[in-house]
Amino acid sequence: MAKGDPGVTGRGRRAAPRSRKGATGDPQLVQLLTADGERIESATGPDGTEYRVDFTDEEYRGLYRDLVLVRKLDAEATALQRQGELGLWASLLGQEAAQVGSGRALRTQDMAFPTYREHGVLYCRGIDPIMPLGLFRGVDQGGWDPNEFKFNMYTIVIGAQTLHATGYAMGVHMDGRTGTEDGEAVIAYFGDGATSQGDVNEAFVWASVFNTPLVFFCQNNQYAISEPLERQTRVPLYQRAGGFGFPGVRVDGNDVLASYAVTRHALDNARLGQGPSLIEAYTYRMGAHTTSDDPTRYRIASEVEAWQAKDPIARMKAFLTKQKIADDAFFAEVDEQARTESVHLRERVLAMPDPEPVTMFDNVYPTGSPELDVQRAQFTKYMESFEGSAH
Amino acid sequence: MSRIKEFNLPDLGEGLAEGEILAWLVKVGDTIELNQPIVEVETAKAAVEIPAKWAGQVRAIFHPEGTTVEVGTPIISIDTDPGAGPVEESTTGTPSADLPTPSAASLAAVEVAPAEGAVEPGLIGGPAPGGRTAVLVGYGPRTTAAKRRPRKGAVPVQAAPVQAAPAPVAPAPVAPAPAGNGNGRAGGLVLAKPPVRKLAKDLGVDLATLAGSGPLGSITREDVQRAANGTPAAAEPLTVTAPATAVASFGADREQRIPVKGVRKLTAENMSRSAFTAPHVTEFLTVDVTRAMKALDRLRDRREWRDVRVSPLLLVAKAVLLAVKRHPMVNSTWAGDEIVVKDYVNLGIAAATERGLIVPNIKDAGRLSLRELADAMAGLVQTAKAGKTSPADMTGGTLTITNVGVFGVDTGTPILPPGESAILAFGAVREMPWVHKGKVKPRLVTTLGLSFDHRIVDGELGSKFLRDIGDFLADPEAALLAWT
Repeated sequence: MAKGDPGVTGRGRRAAPRSRKGATGDPQLVQLLTADGERIESATGPDGTEYRVDFTDEEYRGLYRDLVLVRKLDAEATALQRQGELGLWASLLGQEAAQVGSGRALRTQDMAFPTYREHGVLYCRGIDPIMPLGLFRGVDQGGWDPNEFKFNMYTIVIGAQTLHATGYAMGVHMDGRTGTEDGEAVIAYFGDGATSQGDVNEAFVWASVFNTPLVFFCQNNQYAISEPLERQTRVPLYQRAGGFGFPGVRVDGNDVLASYAVTRHALDNARLGQGPSLIEAYTYRMGAHTTSDDPTRYRIASEVEAWQAKDPIARMKAFLTKQKIADDAFFAEVDEQARTESVHLRERVLAMPDPEPVTMFDNVYPTGSPELDVQRAQFTKYMESFEGSAH
Repeated sequence: MSRIKEFNLPDLGEGLAEGEILAWLVKVGDTIELNQPIVEVETAKAAVEIPAKWAGQVRAIFHPEGTTVEVGTPIISIDTDPGAGPVEESTTGTPSADLPTPSAASLAAVEVAPAEGAVEPGLIGGPAPGGRTAVLVGYGPRTTAAKRRPRKGAVPVQAAPVQAAPAPVAPAPVAPAPAGNGNGRAGGLVLAKPPVRKLAKDLGVDLATLAGSGPLGSITREDVQRAANGTPAAAEPLTVTAPATAVASFGADREQRIPVKGVRKLTAENMSRSAFTAPHVTEFLTVDVTRAMKALDRLRDRREWRDVRVSPLLLVAKAVLLAVKRHPMVNSTWAGDEIVVKDYVNLGIAAATERGLIVPNIKDAGRLSLRELADAMAGLVQTAKAGKTSPADMTGGTLTITNVGVFGVDTGTPILPPGESAILAFGAVREMPWVHKGKVKPRLVTTLGLSFDHRIVDGELGSKFLRDIGDFLADPEAALLAWT
C-alpha cells in the first residue's frame, strides 16, 4: 500500500504490540505517599485535576489509627471464622487505605453502598464493628440502620449495589439535594470483578445520563476470586468511565492520603451537581477472597511479596516517623488499643445470642402481612411440637 | 464449663464435611497464645491454618497428621489454666464469663458419626444445648441425631416425621401444621437418599431390613456398607483418640470399597481432564548414557559436591532445561484462543508419596545453576516424602519429569499435567548390549518417553526437543560446550 494511505497508518497503529500488561500497568496513578513513606506534595489526575491534602498532625495520626484498628479487627474476624465462630469472612487485608481514605472523605450527609468487604468504610461511618460479624455468624441480618448511619446493608450479589446506589443518587438529585457546597453525594463500592457484571455497566449508563451525584469507587484488588485482572479488562479500569461519559481516575489504593484526596474531590463534584465519576483504587487483596478460598492455588508468592512492600500501614508509619508526627509511644498505644478492641470484639461475638427461629418473620414487612402471619403461626406450632420448646 | 477445652474441627468453608490434618504446629505440653496457629488443615476448598481459640497448654492431640477428620470432631484439647495445678477428672471449674465452650456436647456429637452426605439443608435444628454447633453456615449444618430435640410424643429412637420442613403454605385454606405422628416407616416408606438407595441396589442390600442410624432414622451409606459386609448394624461409638482410619478389610463379597478423596480424587480429576482435552502424542528415545553416568561420578568426586545428592535425574532435569531454552514452545499452555509461552520453567517432579502422586515444582528452574538445581530437587523430594508440600509448590508447574525408572521399568506414556504441554518419562538406567564404536558392548542405556500436547507441539518440534535431551544425556560435556 502507498505511503500516506490512511489505512496503512490505521492498521499500523492497531498492529503495534499492545501489551496485555496494559491493564495492570501503572498509568497515571495518583499518589501522595510512596511505598517508602515519602510524601508527595501534589499529584495530577488524567484530566489535569490537582490532588493534594492538608492534614493536621492529629488528623494524620487519626488516619494511622484507623488503618491499624481496621486491620486488627479484620484479623480477629478471620480468626473467629477459623475457630468455627463465624460462617464466613471476607477479609479486607491490604485494602485498608482505600477504605479508610474514601470512608473518611465521606461527609455526614453522604450515602454509601458497600459490598461485603467494606468493613473499613463501615468503621469510618461510626457503625459498631461487631455488626457485620453478626451477619456472618448468622445470628442477624446485618443489624445497623442504613438511614441512621448513611451506610447501606452489605450486598453479597456482585455489583447489584451499584444499581441501588444509582437509583438512590437519582432520587437525591431529583429532590434537589445537590448543587450546593452542602449538597449530598452517594458512593458505590465494588471490585474489579464486578466491572464485568451487567449491573455495573447499567449503573454507569444511568448514572451518567441522569447526571447523578454518584462516585463509583472500584477497589481493584487484582482478583475476582481467582480470576486475575487481565481476564476482566484489557484497558485500565478507570478508562472505562470515558466511554460512559464521565471522568475516571486511578489512585494508589494503598495510599490513604491519595485515596482520601481523590474521593473527596469526586464527592464534592457530585454534591455540586457535576455528575458521576469513577475512581479505581489500585490495590491488592493480601488475603483470601473469603475464608473459603485458598489464594495459593492461583497466585504466586513473589507477587504477594511485591505487594507486601507496598503495605498501606507500613508506609504511613514510615511517614509519621520520618516527619516526627508520631513516636514509638504513639504506635505502641495504637497497637494496645487495637489489641484491646479486638479482644473486646471477640468476647462480644461469642456472647451473641442465637435468635429464636421464629424471628425470621419479624422484619420481612414493616407492618406484617396476612400470609406471613399464617406462616408464622404454622411455624410456631411446628416448633412447639418438639420437646423442651420454650415457646 | 471446665478449664480443659476441646476444640472441634469447624466447618472451614461453607458446607464442608471433613478436613485433613496436614501438620500440627504445636505439640502436647506447648504453651500457646490466643490465635496462635496450631494446625494446618486441608479441606476440599483450601489448606488453612487454624488459630488457637484459647490460650493455655496443649493437653492432647487427638488425630495424627494425615488423618481426615469429620467436621465437629474434637482435634485438640487445651488446658486454659495450666498454672492451677493438676486437673481433676471430673472438672467443675468456675465458668469463665467470656468464652463459651463447645462443651461436652462435642463428645456426644462424635458418638453418632454423621453419615457421608448427611447434610440436611431443610432441617430446622434447635441450637445445641449448652453451646453453638460448630458448623455455622453454608448449606446447613450436618444435623446428627444427637443434636436434634426429640418430638413430643415421639417414641424414643423411633424415626421422626418424613417432612424435613414445614409443608408449603397453600394460598387459601390454612393447612394444619404437620403433626408429629408420621414416622420414617409409615406406609412401608424407608428413608434413604438416592445415592444410598443406589448403593444398596448395587450391593444387593434390602433397605427395608436395615435400621437407619442417620437423621430421622434414615439409612446412611455406612448402614448399607455395614450390612453388605455382614457386620451388625449397631453404630459403634468412635473413640476420640483412635483415628477413624479406613481398614483394608474385605467383606463377604470379597470386594473392598475405598472412598475416592484427597490426592486420589485430585489425581483422577486432573488425569481425566488432561487425557481427554489435550491430544497426547508420545515419542520414545533410547540413549546410551554411559558417558553421562561417568560424568556424574566425576561430579560426586569433587570436593564441593561431596554433600550433595547427585542422581541421574539431576542430569535429566538439566537436559530438559537446556532443551527448553532451545525450544521454548514446549514450555507453554493452551489457553483456548491463545497459546501462552513461558519465559520461566517451573519444573515439576512427579513424586510417589504415602498420600499418593503429587507433582511439586521447582520455580524458575531455568535460572538455577546445577548446584542450586540439585539442592532444590533434594529439598522438593524431602518435603514431598514428609507430606509437607504446600499447595503453592504444586501449582504453576510448566513442564514435568516423571522418574518411572525408580520403579525398575523402562518407559511409559505419561499423561500431561493440566496446563502443561510436555512431560518426560525417565526410565531405568540398565546395562544393555549396545553397539559402541562398531562393537556390541555392555553399556548403560535408558529410554526416554516424551508426551506432548499436539495442539501446540508438532511432531517435528517434539522430536527435536526429545533429541536434544537425548544428545545431552549421551554426551553432557559436549552439549554444554555446544549450547551454552
